[in-house]
Amino acid sequence: MTGDLLYSETEDALRESVRALLAANCPSDRVASMYDGDESLARDLWGAVSVAMELPAIGLPESLGGSGASAREVAVVMEELGRVVAPIPFLTSSVIAQRSLGHCGETDLLKAMADGSHVCALAVPFSSFGRTRGESVSVSGGRVTGSVAAVAGAGHADVILVPGLDGGDLTLQAVDAADAHVTRRSSLDMSRPVCDLTFESSPAREIARGQDADDAVSSGLLMGSAMLASEQVGVAEWCLETTVAYVKQRNQFGRPIGSFQAVKHRLARLWISVNSARAAARNAAVLVEPGDVPAKVAVALAQSYCSDVAVLAAEECVQLHGGIGMTWEHPTHLYLKRAKADQLALGTPAHYRARLAALNSL
Amino acid sequence: MSASADLARAFLADWDPATTRLESLRARYDAGLAWVSRPEGVGGLGASRDDQREVDGIFAAAGFPDNNAAANGIGLGMAAPTIFAVGTDEQKQRLLRPLWTGEEIWCQLFSEPGAGSDLANIATRATRTDGGWIVSGQKVWTSNAHNAVRALLVARTDPDLPKHEGLTYFAMNMLDPGVEVRPLRQLTGEAEFNEVFLTDVFVPDEDLLGSVNDGWRVAMTTLASERVSIGNSDADIEEAMVDVVERTWRSAPQRTRDVMQDRFLRLWVDARVADLTAARMKQQLAAGRPGPEGSALKVTFARLAQELSGLELELLGADGLGYGDWAMVRPTAVVFTGRDAGYRYLRAKGNSIEGGTTEILLNIIAEKVLGLPPEHRPDKGMAWKDSPR
Ligand SMILES: Cc1cc2nc3c(=O)[nH]c(=O)nc-3n(C[C@H](O)[C@H](O)[C@H](O)COP(=O)(O)OP(=O)(O)OC[C@H]3O[C@@H](n4cnc5c(N)ncnc54)[C@H](O)[C@@H]3O)c2cc1C
Repeated sequence: MTGDLLYSETEDALRESVRALLAANCPSDRVASMYDGDESLARDLWGAVSVAMELPAIGLPESLGGSGASAREVAVVMEELGRVVAPIPFLTSSVIAQRSLGHCGETDLLKAMADGSHVCALAVPFSSFGRTRGESVSVSGGRVTGSVAAVAGAGHADVILVPGLDGGDLTLQAVDAADAHVTRRSSLDMSRPVCDLTFESSPAREIARGQDADDAVSSGLLMGSAMLASEQVGVAEWCLETTVAYVKQRNQFGRPIGSFQAVKHRLARLWISVNSARAAARNAAVLVEPGDVPAKVAVALAQSYCSDVAVLAAEECVQLHGGIGMTWEHPTHLYLKRAKADQLALGTPAHYRARLAALNSL
Repeated sequence: MSASADLARAFLADWDPATTRLESLRARYDAGLAWVSRPEGVGGLGASRDDQREVDGIFAAAGFPDNNAAANGIGLGMAAPTIFAVGTDEQKQRLLRPLWTGEEIWCQLFSEPGAGSDLANIATRATRTDGGWIVSGQKVWTSNAHNAVRALLVARTDPDLPKHEGLTYFAMNMLDPGVEVRPLRQLTGEAEFNEVFLTDVFVPDEDLLGSVNDGWRVAMTTLASERVSIGNSDADIEEAMVDVVERTWRSAPQRTRDVMQDRFLRLWVDARVADLTAARMKQQLAAGRPGPEGSALKVTFARLAQELSGLELELLGADGLGYGDWAMVRPTAVVFTGRDAGYRYLRAKGNSIEGGTTEILLNIIAEKVLGLPPEHRPDKGMAWKDSPR
């Protein structure tokens, strides 16, 4: 089963406006500053994309104040965010948390998120694969206690969605970020840093229980994985384009390094890989919505493939830039760190390949 | 038990542990127990290379201070072999002792903005003056320049000759007032390398290594040593990447190991085979002057370091998303397998660039070992000053 894997005119137009907005508001030197503790870009950019395009709510239904964009449109936004390694919680709040909340019918919180004023994060390790058992957090009498390590998007969150066990039941609890201890970790990807969360009898409001909670979490993570593939395509695409431009203008041995066949063939191969990754990511975006078996297969396929392509593209970008690629000054390192963190995020390709084996009885 | 080992024991029997670190190291050098396979009088005994490990072990076991080799990788791994190969007796006497003891840290002033892979395209000029040379130009990616007091320098002495022929090699004093070192931050966060600006630096004739306009040949000696030194790190200084990652492997969750086992084992096998290949190559190298085969070691080393450190982060999962510290420190020693897994992953990216990129090394193997014809070089045979850049 294959849907339309091309970009529609609407999607092209959406891309153009998102790209222009990001070009004006997300300079790479300010992304680099995040590694030195200056997080101002994260807030400024979130503000800019909220005001100019209402991006945080792009996937929400119009009845909740959103734009009602489809997953394939949201995927186009993800590609563009990947191209600039945007340090905003779009994936974690607008994709994963909104999906989980949508599953629970949590309209009040979703409405509060529509204008970008409320940011949510699902409290699972960013490396989580598919679901969570919630065993590190216990729930009793409207309070949660426990801890969750390496959560992405929690640094600027207002509300944290915490999976936790109440007796034997998995529940999903909404906790005010002010009631949680949020410890920032020095992270491999400081444009999407991870935090360790601790709850000490923090007041919580239950939003789902049992199968419902499990489904809410896993549908959020499934949508996240599908959209992550498009971010990876964006990362890979920037690395490929940047490298191609560089090898045309960098001369060694009296000629452009791009004229050496060893370099040409590597980039030609990389182009094939990026092109293939795009097909896999588009397919995931087209099929993910119902969350059924074909959706799971499409997402697993995209994650198995796109994660490694983004890492490869970033590694090739460093290598083919030579010394300058190893510097802080050149933006390539921001992409390498994002690509590698994305590869670990929401399960590694090896985990997804194992899942494909199970889903296809291979 | 070798004769070298006997001498080491005899030396240690006389050694007073109250002696200062530096005096101890100097005495060891003077006794010929620094690098035993080197000639007598310059830190050696003219013994077999195989004795070195045994001697080092005896000194370490006795609590003898070490020469902090990790802080002077370029000195020990590149400058020393170059000086042994082309230095005059006077230069060996003057330069090698402080190098070995670590009193003088060395750096390598080869690469320039316009001359990386195409090293022979160097534009830094050295012009004749009374009793020596005046050097001006810009170098880049200079590891450890912020700690170095001596540099291996290649500069252009004759721009009218073709690019390989007009170069000359010097052992330059980094403390000259014309030397300016500016830190360059690396993607790891550390400022491990530097830009070095040379403005009318005076280099006396006594610091010329080799002969005038013979710098390319000397530089090739240095690079061959560099490739062996990067590709075959001393196990006593630095743990092998495969061993570090094997530890991480053992502590990874069973499920992760299940899905990654074949991949890890492939790398594990490759790493063991690489060790054997290196051992075999060392047995082949009679005189200790590495040839183009050393390039192969470095190609394999870089690939394994990169793939293993990449796999390590995947094994770590949530912990792989962390990073030790992004602070811009200026390190005194670089240990590829040191610090945290994130650092190891990022730093390994440099392994296929520093000391000649993997692509250049593959070209060397193809052309020098296999005898394949080179690609077209538009500047071949042309005076450097007229060649296309
Ligand atoms: C961590 C680190 C430490 C370093 N330390 C030192 C130091 O202490 N002293 C020093 O002098 N230098 C040092 N260097 C510099 C290093 O030697 C150069 O970066 C390297 O030789 C490449 O040169 P370049 O950076 O100019 O890249 P370029 O030569 O511009 O190469 C860019 C890309 O083109 C490829 N390429 C170039 N020519 C060809 C060809 N003919 N065929 C196929 N591909 C080709 C290269 O492989 C590379 O991928 C260091 C570099 C690093 C990364």
